[in-house]
Amino acid sequence: MINKEVEDHLEAVADIVDGSTILVGGFGPPGQPVELINALLENGARELVIVNNNAGAGGSAILKLFSAGRVRKVICSYPKAIDSTVFDELYLAGKIELELVPQGNLAERIRAAGAGIGGFYTRTGYGTELAEGKETRLIDGKHYVLEQPIHADFALIKALTADPWGNLVYRKTARNFGPVMATAANVTIAEVTNVVPLGGLDPEIIVTPSIYVDRFIRTRAAAERTAADERAQA
Amino acid sequence: MRLTRQQIAARVADDIPDGAYVNLGIGVPTLVADYLPDDRQIVLHTENGMLGMGHAAAPDEIDDDLINAGKIYVTEELGAAYFHHADSFAMMRGGHIDYCVMGGYQVSVAGDLANWRTNSVTSIPGVGGAMDLAAGAKHVYVLMDLFTKAGECKLVQQCTYPLTGAECVERVYSDVGVFELADGEVRVLDLFDDELGIEGLAAIVGSPLVDARLAVS
Repeated sequence: MINKEVEDHLEAVADIVDGSTILVGGFGPPGQPVELINALLENGARELVIVNNNAGAGGSAILKLFSAGRVRKVICSYPKAIDSTVFDELYLAGKIELELVPQGNLAERIRAAGAGIGGFYTRTGYGTELAEGKETRLIDGKHYVLEQPIHADFALIKALTADPWGNLVYRKTARNFGPVMATAANVTIAEVTNVVPLGGLDPEIIVTPSIYVDRFIRTRAAAERTAADERAQA
Repeated sequence: MRLTRQQIAARVADDIPDGAYVNLGIGVPTLVADYLPDDRQIVLHTENGMLGMGHAAAPDEIDDDLINAGKIYVTEELGAAYFHHADSFAMMRGGHIDYCVMGGYQVSVAGDLANWRTNSVTSIPGVGGAMDLAAGAKHVYVLMDLFTKAGECKLVQQCTYPLTGAECVERVYSDVGVFELADGEVRVLDLFDDELGIEGLAAIVGSPLVDARLAVS
């Protein structure tokens, strides 16, 4: 019987060690795996490399990782926060390394890692400082830049609903990086709002097939709701 | 007379045809959405993963899972679709988005765009999807005031700020006029500041301007 649900949040992230590279889902607050990030904070791993579109601007949970000094390097497209200076201060003090990546390159480099692609040529960034030092090639009269995949040790993502196998569906713009990140890590850990029995998800609408998901937790709010339902039924 | 930002946005909206798929950049370009004619169906793309984006959400319409690229709560139109980030950027990079409208710090007469960072050493660099749009949208329009607050023209011979993309801008919509950049020429499609005139503006830009106003009227 396959059942990838892990009840204890801390246990779900127990194998994340110092120096891990972690893909963290979310674009702004939607899709951010808040409870997994909180568990990671509790886990205590340091010197992390975090891959997330917004870094310090990604919401209050991920910001705590930065302010706790857990992050050695961030790979992102847009770290500027309107409402926080935590990342700015670390960056300007030289306490955090930043690899700034055009957003489409970020998504595609993660996708490439998940699909076993060793690199790809893109027109994005050609002739700009973000392509400096990178191999370029002229293809059909247009200039392209070689970009490398981004592999990770872990992916922490947020989805709406899982079945016990870890098939996932998402909700609206909270989908963002989740389905791509799920493919590119050695271990993918999801945080979900709902869990349905096997067969409870229409196979035609599953966005992340279970093969990409190693384990998932249910958000505490969702777990409490389920417990209340069970009590009501009893 | 110079146009207000709202008037420039309305001018851009007027030039976007029925059935177009359009990405509006964060900030002033977002205003274009307010002026899209009701008799045209124009599908808005937001790069965080949606086609068919609607207006900004009123307080009673806010959905925690529904924001745009500027992290503003928005609504969903009939016919909307959601997709993940790699698909969303494939639409942009693969030449599927018909029009993108972005802001600009500088645009060169050759169509180079600088709009993602200044040369300030204390600012935090952030690029987002600007380079992807510059490289991949079919038509790249820039909406900006033609002069900085200090009075420097933003249509330049050569960008001094770091580039977002090379030779990618097709049109500049500004408070002073509308300019088309093609074949190394700057064509004036519309001029709102009659006092300045084409000659006066050409002297400031340091480049001949082709009067193309008759061609479009």
